[in-house]
Amino acid sequence: MAELKHIDSHDMGLHDEQLVGRTQEVFFSAEEGESFTYPDAFDVDFDRAAEFDAADMAINDINLKIRQLMGDGYGDITVRNPGAKHSLGVGILNRLNLTFDGSLGYFGIGLIDGPNVHVTGRVGWSCAENMMAGTVVIEKNAGSTFGAAIRGGDLVCKGDVGSRTGIDQKGGTIIVGGRTGAFSGFMMQRGRMVILGDAGANLGDSMYDGTIFVGGKIAGLGVDAVEGEMTELDAHWLEKKLAMYGLEAPNGVANMTKIVAGKQLWNYDNLEPTEKKLVL
Amino acid sequence: MCGIAGLIHRGDSSDIGSELTAMLQALKHRGPDSTGFALYGEPVVNQYVIRFKVAEQEDMRKGFRIHEEVKDRKSEVDRRLHEIGVKIISEEQVTEYAYRYNFNYDGNMKRLADYVEDIEGAEILSIGTALELIKDLGDANTVSEQYRLQGFSGTHAIGHTRMATESDVDIRSAHPYWAYPFNDVSVVHNGQLTNYWNSRRELERRGHRFMSNCDSELIAVYLADRMEKGEDLEESMRRSINELDGVFTYVVATGDKLGMAKDVMAAKPMVLYESDDFVALASEEVAIRSIFPHEIDTYDPYEGEVRVWQS
Repeated sequence: MAELKHIDSHDMGLHDEQLVGRTQEVFFSAEEGESFTYPDAFDVDFDRAAEFDAADMAINDINLKIRQLMGDGYGDITVRNPGAKHSLGVGILNRLNLTFDGSLGYFGIGLIDGPNVHVTGRVGWSCAENMMAGTVVIEKNAGSTFGAAIRGGDLVCKGDVGSRTGIDQKGGTIIVGGRTGAFSGFMMQRGRMVILGDAGANLGDSMYDGTIFVGGKIAGLGVDAVEGEMTELDAHWLEKKLAMYGLEAPNGVANMTKIVAGKQLWNYDNLEPTEKKLVL
Repeated sequence: MCGIAGLIHRGDSSDIGSELTAMLQALKHRGPDSTGFALYGEPVVNQYVIRFKVAEQEDMRKGFRIHEEVKDRKSEVDRRLHEIGVKIISEEQVTEYAYRYNFNYDGNMKRLADYVEDIEGAEILSIGTALELIKDLGDANTVSEQYRLQGFSGTHAIGHTRMATESDVDIRSAHPYWAYPFNDVSVVHNGQLTNYWNSRRELERRGHRFMSNCDSELIAVYLADRMEKGEDLEESMRRSINELDGVFTYVVATGDKLGMAKDVMAAKPMVLYESDDFVALASEEVAIRSIFPHEIDTYDPYEGEVRVWQS
């Protein structure tokens, strides 16, 4: 647990909340990340495969069935006919190879930490919201708020995506094979977003940090989003990352546009929010 | 929240009553209070269809005289229609308080509508050559069964499942809205218009009347007003993106067209499936899946997008 820093505003009596646990800033440790498992995680065998037909099953029953199969040690699960139902595959905090053979509705695969998920169809709004780690690959299109507030992992849609892609992104990588709608990268804080097609208006509006790469046209940049300089490291990373998912930049990675935060909007003076109020 | 849906067969008719019932039933969780259908049948030359009611569903449980009052109101509707020269070809009592007439009329449709709605408790749900608008309390299956919509043949349809947030749970506040007094124009909407009162006052100054305080009705009247000025449907819809303020996705239908529009923030959902001979759109893909259980390609229309399809 990280210790609370000495902060002037505490002495001033402006607030006294004691932030603890994973909400605190914790520096990345590769060793810890690789070995981390949740206390109640299932010990699954990736060589053991199971599948079931979800056509006539309720949402809760489908999610419980996935959990039961993980509990039985299956590490490779295929769900047939998900039928665009909402909230499927949510809250999986386990290593797992999970395939949805069909399309998902809203809030699919949200709040996950660890699984590799493959969706052969389309996903609705808010896919993989708050994803912590793992990979999610969508073969067709995705709705709006794709990857909202993700913190880690790779989230890939090979088709077109709606508006507000990666809103409040806090880490990880979002890759869009086609175009994306307005306000993508809105209030982005960390991580990378790669859009191989066109990007809608107000791209990166009010972004704090992070990087957006665009292969097509940009309808317009949002407040405080500015063009950055592509580096060799960027190009190398893009080539490797896109190759992992069988994707290519239409005009080559070197010709992609890099968007970063201008950092003129956010107050970078390290003041606490309550102190900023006093200043304002 | 509310759910909206629409479908159009291009070049052929189908059982749109059953298709839209299935789509709206799949959206029940977005709005269980009331369900509405705007169905576009095959028009007959020089013949109109009017759907009207003379009481709300809840009125039928109030008072000792309500059944007599309903009969009196219906008789007064008949008398006034006859007085202004309407020739009724056929009539059907669909529920205790709702009626459907086929009629001939070559007079002023606004005068007809105003004269009928002047009767206490009477409200015209729709007048058109193709449009038949049905709405009532309950889910899609309930309303569809009550009004015998299964087997309704036509080319296109729009519908709505309503979660009442800012007005009563009654038929008057249910969608779709007919664009009084313009034939065959109807609208369903999911969202909120923030310049509702300003826009409404402007339309009222030009002589339009509103039956409800629902912002969705304003879209119907706004579009009909623009089309009356000579704009086509698509032009009117594109103009609405700039002139209507707020967050909205709406679906509009005319005698031979279906259209959808999404505001520039794209804050309200819409999923679209399009093939050479059929288009279906809905707030959620589950609605489209209810008539296409096999795997299909769908997508979200983008911010500020306007689409129009011909039947």
